Amino acid sequence: MSVPDEVAVPAPECSPASGLRLWQAAVLALLAGVAWWAVYANLAPAARWLTYGALHLPKGAHLSSALEFFLFEVPKVLMLLVVVVFGVGIVRTFFTPERTRAILAGKRESVGNVLAAMLGIVTPFCSCSAVPLFLGFVQSGVPLGVTFSFLIAAPMINEIALVLLFGLFGLKVAAIYVVTGLSVAILAGWTIGRLRMEQHLEPWVLELRGSGEATLDEDRLDWGARVQAGLTAVREIVGKVWIYVVLGIAVGAGIHGYVPTNALAGLMGKQAWWSVPLAVVLGVPMYSNAAGIVPVVQALLGKGAALGTSLAFMMAVIGLSLPETIILRKVLRPRLIAVFVGVVATGITMVGYLFNALF
Amino acid sequence: MDIQILGTGCAKCKTLYANAEAAVKELGLDATLTKVEDLREIIKLGVMTTPALAVDGKVKVAGKVATVADIKKLLA
Repeated sequence: MSVPDEVAVPAPECSPASGLRLWQAAVLALLAGVAWWAVYANLAPAARWLTYGALHLPKGAHLSSALEFFLFEVPKVLMLLVVVVFGVGIVRTFFTPERTRAILAGKRESVGNVLAAMLGIVTPFCSCSAVPLFLGFVQSGVPLGVTFSFLIAAPMINEIALVLLFGLFGLKVAAIYVVTGLSVAILAGWTIGRLRMEQHLEPWVLELRGSGEATLDEDRLDWGARVQAGLTAVREIVGKVWIYVVLGIAVGAGIHGYVPTNALAGLMGKQAWWSVPLAVVLGVPMYSNAAGIVPVVQALLGKGAALGTSLAFMMAVIGLSLPETIILRKVLRPRLIAVFVGVVATGITMVGYLFNALF
Repeated sequence: MDIQILGTGCAKCKTLYANAEAAVKELGLDATLTKVEDLREIIKLGVMTTPALAVDGKVKVAGKVATVADIKKLLA
């Protein structure tokens, strides 16, 4: 019997947790944690040694400063990414889209908007499944504005964005990004709800509303399966995103080493009032995941770009994109798409001005 | 037995289809495999995350590529 298709199937990984006793798993996890920390804590000296010791590059030169930056940031961000994606992968086994929908189906607006935005962070989401997700929400009677709060938060605030923001900017900027991102998602979704845009859904989508929901047999997962899900997430997400991290940091390193400090103050600084709307207008059609754009923006920030302008640019690139709106066109009429993009872009612009004024 | 693979033609959907095909063969089952690519049909089955696998109209797997072993367990 020939089974040619099986060749294409990746061999199922052996499950490390299933054969182990609890204490063995705990010891293993502890050892992995210690080893991780030992490497992580020594990345900066290692990068310095490689640049100036092993390669004998002169101190203060453009190339050495760019290279040291690159050699330090790439392993740092990738190591953080592995740990966080693993953790989030486990958390996400508790928040399936089906469960999120069930939580949101009974909620009113406002409370619903807040919940939807927060669930958008932890529910697994990729823009390729935005349409079925949207339809599933509409079908089970989740209000339109609440659905949008979810759709705005889910791509904009995710574990990859958080790792990069925390790794490259520090805790404060990462926290600001989460809080303002959530606010934009909540307020934009609420506004879209107030505008009563339901008639701008495609007619066949409208017919789906309240057509009931089929329930998925929830499989009860044990901890072995949850850990397995975390490992799968690491393999899939880090496997896909690492190249963007490397490229993004390479561009960032180039800017870091070669662009003079304050070169961008006139263009992206606070004084240029038009820089925020310009950053948003440029960022909306651009499509990149957080891994590609955050390192670039971090480098820009070091060269005199203002924090608010940088945040606005980042949110516009990550949160809104041309491909996503094209996908959504299947279910939304042009006017609703225009309102969606317009409301979110306005929210992001306000965030930009707010932070330029505060910092 | 009626097995449906739900998905709008992404790479993962094809992998799931191949896995289901292999599982059916290995178990020697008498089952029909169909691809469901129309979004409306997918939504009618209550699926929000593709790829998904349904057996006799009941959704068994959604949002992930089940392995051949997983599917064999489901079908047996």
